[in-house]
Amino acid sequence: MLMGLFNNWIVVVLMMIGLYIMIAHGNLIKKIVGLTIFQTSVFIFYISMAKVDGGTAPVLADNFSQYANPLPHVLILTAIVVGIATTALALSLVVRIKEAYGSIEEEEIQKQDNQIQSEQKIGGQM
Amino acid sequence: MNNIVLLTLLVVVAIAIIRMKDLFAVAMLSGIYGLLSASFFVVMDAVDVAFTEAAVGAGISTLLLLVVISMTGRSENSTRHKPLLALLIVAITGGLLIYGTLDMPYFGAADAPIHSHVAPRYINDSMQEIGIPNIVTSVLASYRAFDTFGEVVVIFTAGIGVLALLSVVRRPEDSDNIASINDSMHEQHLVIRIVTKMLIPFILLFALYVQFHGDYGPGGGFQAGVIFASAIILYVMLFGLNTARKVINQTFIQLIAATGVLLYGCVGIASLLNGGNFFDYNVLANDPIAGQHFGILLIEWGVGCTVASVMIIIFFSFAARREVQQKNENQHDKNQELL
Amino acid sequence: MDIVINISSGLCLFTGSFLCISGGIGILRFPDFYTRMHAVGVTDTLGAGMILIGLMMHSTDFLVLAKLVIILLLTLLISPTTSHVLAKAALHNGLVPELTPDALDQTSLDLKKKGKTSSNP
Repeated sequence: MLMGLFNNWIVVVLMMIGLYIMIAHGNLIKKIVGLTIFQTSVFIFYISMAKVDGGTAPVLADNFSQYANPLPHVLILTAIVVGIATTALALSLVVRIKEAYGSIEEEEIQKQDNQIQSEQKIGGQM
Repeated sequence: MNNIVLLTLLVVVAIAIIRMKDLFAVAMLSGIYGLLSASFFVVMDAVDVAFTEAAVGAGISTLLLLVVISMTGRSENSTRHKPLLALLIVAITGGLLIYGTLDMPYFGAADAPIHSHVAPRYINDSMQEIGIPNIVTSVLASYRAFDTFGEVVVIFTAGIGVLALLSVVRRPEDSDNIASINDSMHEQHLVIRIVTKMLIPFILLFALYVQFHGDYGPGGGFQAGVIFASAIILYVMLFGLNTARKVINQTFIQLIAATGVLLYGCVGIASLLNGGNFFDYNVLANDPIAGQHFGILLIEWGVGCTVASVMIIIFFSFAARREVQQKNENQHDKNQELL
Repeated sequence: MDIVINISSGLCLFTGSFLCISGGIGILRFPDFYTRMHAVGVTDTLGAGMILIGLMMHSTDFLVLAKLVIILLLTLLISPTTSHVLAKAALHNGLVPELTPDALDQTSLDLKKKGKTSSNP
């Protein structure tokens, strides 16, 4: 059973590493890298489900009769490209956050936000 | 055996990414992660996916991370408290997921449910109905063309989003200042300039080869678009943004991005006007197989155009923003010195 | 004939792998950035070349052989250029190589003349 389910367990480990990076680290760029690790672990899950023992790549050739399942390949192609689109947008947001707050650490941004909020409350009361 | 080694290396790289504080090293490690997963996909017989992951995950993604790190700072602050709650959540979720995988079919089993319903129809009927050897392209471009349409629109939306967030208004005197900085830098890089000038035509030619060879082997619109964009990005990095803007007009590139999506949609509408369903290519020509070939050619061309243009737009936006930031920093330093 | 091809191809692949591993050991053991660059640049280019030559001997189709030849030529062109670019970037940013004291004075003088700082980053 270890050999049969090894791929799935490694996928779970990688998913949890990605989740941990996203939750526990404060730097925004590190969070984006964690998101990338999470996404890639899901790709590995689908692609290892699609493999057939004794089959070959899903390109029709004369001397092969068994092929890997092409449907997960198509889904993951779409997912990879959507992943890079998301990453590009996230990185441009990080650039704008750095220009607005001067830092990309979550705690400092939160502190500045709280300061602005408390100043607004004091200004509203006056 | 292969997959055990590659997956173990992936876990090692991921743990190294957790421990590193230097963001430059994290960007490089994420590029290595992308390359290792591309090798894993090759071992799993997923050649199209491996091609895309190598081009996108190990190429463009690393490049964008490095550009952003050069703008936002290189190291991460160390956390003051131990993240025990995060570890607990992650451990519990991981345990539940592993418990969930105990029922799954074993790796490589040919009688798993995933291989029994839709996939045999694609594998057996693809040659008669569509007539191209690469089953992944026939599924992507013809059987599931609607999903690919959504994907192209998502890429286009990401390009619009990056333009909306990062575009800068360029005044003519800015261009002269920046050009003088860049010119003094580029005269010294003789070896790189000559090698790059030799290589860029071959990279562009390879992109075109991948675009049109996607029917017969791994390839297709996405990979070709990314390779084309990487040739242009190489030119921009070496010769400066101003020279590149004179060679490649940004408005023209934005027009091409929109034209790619429009071409894709128009193929669907043309099928509707000819009496078939949306994205039914059988009605586009007299012979259904010729119609399929024609339809796949057109939509792959649309995909390639859009992906290449959007990647170029994204890089141009990041590079322009970085130049403006650097110019503001230089002026700030000069003002400090004057004070 | 078959056994000659098999043995020579195996030798080329083995030499290529050994060169790549020795490049990796070089990265770990060499003291300075420039020496590490030298170790990796030389051994990786030749290692990849030998692996490609070993694969070329096994290919039966002419198209596959042509593609492998093109990949070999591109690797021989690109890999040394990459090492050059990395070393040039390091020098431009002021990383001084570890040298004997007399050579170090001369190098620092040259770098100062070109107007770059000579402090470690």
